[in-house]
Amino acid sequence: MFGWEPGKPTQISDAAKQVHELKRLTNKQDLLAVKAHMRAHEVKSTKWRNRRWATLIFANLLFVLSYWLDIQVLEGSLTASRFVGFHLIDLNSALQVMLAHKHIITNLLIGTGTVLLLWILFGGRTFCSWICPYHLVAEWAEKIHLKLAEKRLVSDQSIDRRLRTVFWILFALLALATGYTVFEAISPTGILSRALIYGPGLALLWVLALLVFEIFFSRRAWCRYACPIGLTYGVVGILSPLRVRYTLEGCFHEGDCRKVCLVPHVLDTVIKGRAVAPQVPIGPDCTRCGLCVDACPTGSLKFEVKGLSKLL
Amino acid sequence: MSDQRPPAPPPSPPLSKAKRQTNRRRFIRTALLTGGVLGAALSGFLPQIYALKKRLRPPGALDERDFLASCIKCGQCVQVCPVQAIKLADLVDGMGVGVPYIEAREQACDFSCDAVQCILACPTGSLTYIKPDFLPVRAGAALAAKPILLAKEKDAEPTLNLKERIGVARLTRPEACLAVQGKGFKGQSRGADFQGRMRHMAVDRWKPIKVADHPYDVAECDLCARECPVKGAISIETVFAPDGRKRKSPVVHEPCVGCGVCEMICPVEPTCITIEAREVWKA
Repeated sequence: MFGWEPGKPTQISDAAKQVHELKRLTNKQDLLAVKAHMRAHEVKSTKWRNRRWATLIFANLLFVLSYWLDIQVLEGSLTASRFVGFHLIDLNSALQVMLAHKHIITNLLIGTGTVLLLWILFGGRTFCSWICPYHLVAEWAEKIHLKLAEKRLVSDQSIDRRLRTVFWILFALLALATGYTVFEAISPTGILSRALIYGPGLALLWVLALLVFEIFFSRRAWCRYACPIGLTYGVVGILSPLRVRYTLEGCFHEGDCRKVCLVPHVLDTVIKGRAVAPQVPIGPDCTRCGLCVDACPTGSLKFEVKGLSKLL
Repeated sequence: MSDQRPPAPPPSPPLSKAKRQTNRRRFIRTALLTGGVLGAALSGFLPQIYALKKRLRPPGALDERDFLASCIKCGQCVQVCPVQAIKLADLVDGMGVGVPYIEAREQACDFSCDAVQCILACPTGSLTYIKPDFLPVRAGAALAAKPILLAKEKDAEPTLNLKERIGVARLTRPEACLAVQGKGFKGQSRGADFQGRMRHMAVDRWKPIKVADHPYDVAECDLCARECPVKGAISIETVFAPDGRKRKSPVVHEPCVGCGVCEMICPVEPTCITIEAREVWKA
């Protein structure tokens, strides 16, 4: 999550070893036959993507309508808001303000607590793919990037993922040292959210510049290498009961999931021989977008609520 | 026993030339992106350095530095303002991207909301009735008494709960002032196209209307004093010109909170009276 490349696991549980071994032993032709069969009957699903896009658009629309129609359901913007009177304050924005101002008032604390609780329940970076408006446009930009890359017009210039952690620390230090919420000036999440609600401004040029950079130079660069909001929510996600679970048995290791994944390093465990247990929960950096759940032809990747799966 | 110790892990093989090149290029790109993002973020300081413009902040705003530090840029103050006086700053305003300000000449705060709703809406205490103890109050920024809102003068609680002013009105162009010239004014104060709105007590206690929908006909111009929402903040007084002749002139008094209504309503173009943002009272 903090950017270190996932390495090959050294400790693999006996149960997992058994499954790995079994897979090696299974008649290769049998495996291929089953795989071909599955491929032929495969249904391309966009169930989770549709649900996610609908949620994202609905949440942002609720902000916009609350202001424009004055229905007062969700007032404010993504940095801080009130949902039918309950304060909700973005964790990273609150953190920046606390560091810059060095003073905390009750409402700020309450709002931060509410949001913390909410995203502990729903999985931290779920915020990224289910709420953040920049995520949606970046998702479309990524599609364009991939199309161009397919035609060999552009290539993905990968960058060290540890940079995101460095930025997180840098922006925290800057806020503390300068007394300004430096990051907020360039946060595309805040800029886009305000542009949607209060009308567009010149600040959108920065968002546009980011998207151009992502389309032509580096795939989804902002979310992967820069955004401190994602890292903050990632840490929250460590505690979350909601996550995607990988089941080793039945997986053919085609890698479709890794192709669609927005943070592919979290799916390293699905590479042949990597899984450390028969069932592996995907790490906290996962945005719970569900693209892999949709893509997996064998149902090896599924959403689960920790502790509840036995009851369901 | 020593032979049971696990063997030391084999040293990792040296990287191939291609791999090393890839790594080096990636390092350079990483450094470049770091520079780019930080540069963009810090460019927000430029207007601070050049001190481009002193913005008028909403009522109850902390001192500028603390205000910028504590504002979370959510716009909840924008949402509750009945006359939409509060705007959010844009990219050219530097560190203040998303920070609220008031352009008094276009739309002043006339306290149509009665209770300074923006302060109530603020989640971080950027706008506040009560400053935290560690923040000093600049000399002259504190109001001698809570300002009385003329619109609710007869209510049980007639005051605005403000303790500090956001600026002070100042007659910046006395030579152009109609009152000083002894002239009257007839018509719409800012022309028919002006979009600004205001609560006129004589028209409707609860609903602000367009300034253009409320024309005036006065023998001696006193629009700034007539429309000021705060009791005793401004009056038309008889003053003596340098040559000893008697003249009428608007005079700003201590209760002025810097709301900007006088600046918005002044019929002279450009305005004769302006709000000096963050200015303090000097007797």
